[in-house]
Amino acid sequence: MLTNEWLYWLIGAFFIGVAVHILNNPENPRRIASGTFWGLLGVSFGYGTFVQSKQAPAWILGIVVLVMVALAGFGLTARSPEKTTTPGERADSARRFGNKLFIPALLVPVVTVLVATVGPLITIGGTPLLADGSATLTGLGVSAIIAVVVAVLILRPPSLGTPLHESGRLLEAIGWAALLPQMLSTLGILFTQAGVGKAVGTIAGWVLPEGSLFAAVVVYAVGMAVFTIIMGNAFAAFPIMTAAVGWPVLVQTFGGNPAAVFAIGMLSGFCGTLATPMAANFNLVPAALLEMKDKYGPIKAQLPTAGLLLLVNVGIMYFVAF
Amino acid sequence: MFALIGVALVIVGFALRINPLLVVTVAGIATAAIAGIGPVEILDAFGTGFAGSRSVTTFVIVLPVIGLIERYGLQDQAKHLIGKLSKLTTGRLLAAYLFIRQVTAAVGLNSIGGPAQTVRPLVYPMAEGAAVQKYGDLPEKMTEKIKGHAAGADNVGVFFGEDIFVAIGSILLITSFVDTTYNLTLEPLALALWAIPTGVAALLIHGTRLLLLDRQLSRMAFLPAPPKGLARVDE
Repeated sequence: MLTNEWLYWLIGAFFIGVAVHILNNPENPRRIASGTFWGLLGVSFGYGTFVQSKQAPAWILGIVVLVMVALAGFGLTARSPEKTTTPGERADSARRFGNKLFIPALLVPVVTVLVATVGPLITIGGTPLLADGSATLTGLGVSAIIAVVVAVLILRPPSLGTPLHESGRLLEAIGWAALLPQMLSTLGILFTQAGVGKAVGTIAGWVLPEGSLFAAVVVYAVGMAVFTIIMGNAFAAFPIMTAAVGWPVLVQTFGGNPAAVFAIGMLSGFCGTLATPMAANFNLVPAALLEMKDKYGPIKAQLPTAGLLLLVNVGIMYFVAF
Repeated sequence: MFALIGVALVIVGFALRINPLLVVTVAGIATAAIAGIGPVEILDAFGTGFAGSRSVTTFVIVLPVIGLIERYGLQDQAKHLIGKLSKLTTGRLLAAYLFIRQVTAAVGLNSIGGPAQTVRPLVYPMAEGAAVQKYGDLPEKMTEKIKGHAAGADNVGVFFGEDIFVAIGSILLITSFVDTTYNLTLEPLALALWAIPTGVAALLIHGTRLLLLDRQLSRMAFLPAPPKGLARVDE
């Protein structure tokens, strides 16, 4: 059975490729530290396979993660100067290739959908080809490979290293934000182990007026949003706020429908995700990829929607879950 | 109560604009140390946390193909193509993308879009192309606004679509957490159904805002802001 691990190894190899590219680039002002950062990230993607299957100790990866945090966090890394085609060259080549340029771009979603829908149906000798829940990511990996091959065949770039060079440019623009989501998921684990949920529950007990369902709904929904803003991830906020308010107050005391309370609680957390730079992969990475001057631009565009939807969630939970 | 020191550290660190990677790491270590978790266990948590969340970073795998076709003028071609369709305004295009993104995510196809997969190569250049067609050369203020909304439409669509699909991470996280912690047996389908009202509200609210974006852009294009000196006199 195929799991997602092959894709993590491919991504690891890609990071190492970018690292080698940076190490060989004398124009990068801090090529050793920058190359080391991406190289370690690549190695960690492969080593992570053995941590997941408990064949290798996790603390070694923990040390490597802390080294990467130090390299990027203390500003020891730097971006290489951008080297790509000029706007004029791009306009010329757009005229030359025309709509053929869309073929590789559209292959990505089309092949992903195909693999995600057809993949789970394939069985070999009675066992399914793809492990449970791995079809979409497998599709993404397969589509990316097919698309890059097709793009090279259509465009005939000067060397096979060109895709690596061009993606290194995009990856360096993202920089340390690539590591933040994974750090936040660790923070969530540590917070839960340390009993942050219980502490928040104690405080919520002081704040909540006795017997007010509406106040409890507001504290749960708004608390989900606030903790998501702090921790960058609704998944990390959910165990904390559910242990504090969702389960003991909303379900046990007020007899709420657990499915409705928890589903709408999670969606209240998503309102927080729209509003926080901690959710780097959703808010900072797009700003970097779109080369925005204001790295909070996506958040500013999302903020009014996030506020209104949080109100809607409070309303829905109050009126339908009890 | 001391467990909350980590939460305070995150807030303070962010307010002081310290690199978030450092803030998060220090907050995690401090919280764990206060709770009496040993150094090896803390390192273990960083290792398993990293290994278990590698899927967040899978979007980078499409960067080689996106970078390559951009080098050959993909964004130019997207702008050019959209320039031919005069009825397609920036707001309408982004609202249509929001709808497609949400519906596809609701049937489990949440990886087909994303900032690297669709927003940078296709959605943003098309949205900008529609605006260029209408207003001519755009000032930076307008391109920034369009970029922000292109990224925003993708996020709102996927966030409030994916929870309607039963086998998505957030639904499975809810069921696995509450089932093991509180001995419940929640059906993923029941959770997914309760995500529909908020999903519809998200489409209506954000869709309306995107359609109104056209008016905002028109104001920005036709009524340039008064020079700064003048504005200050008015106040």
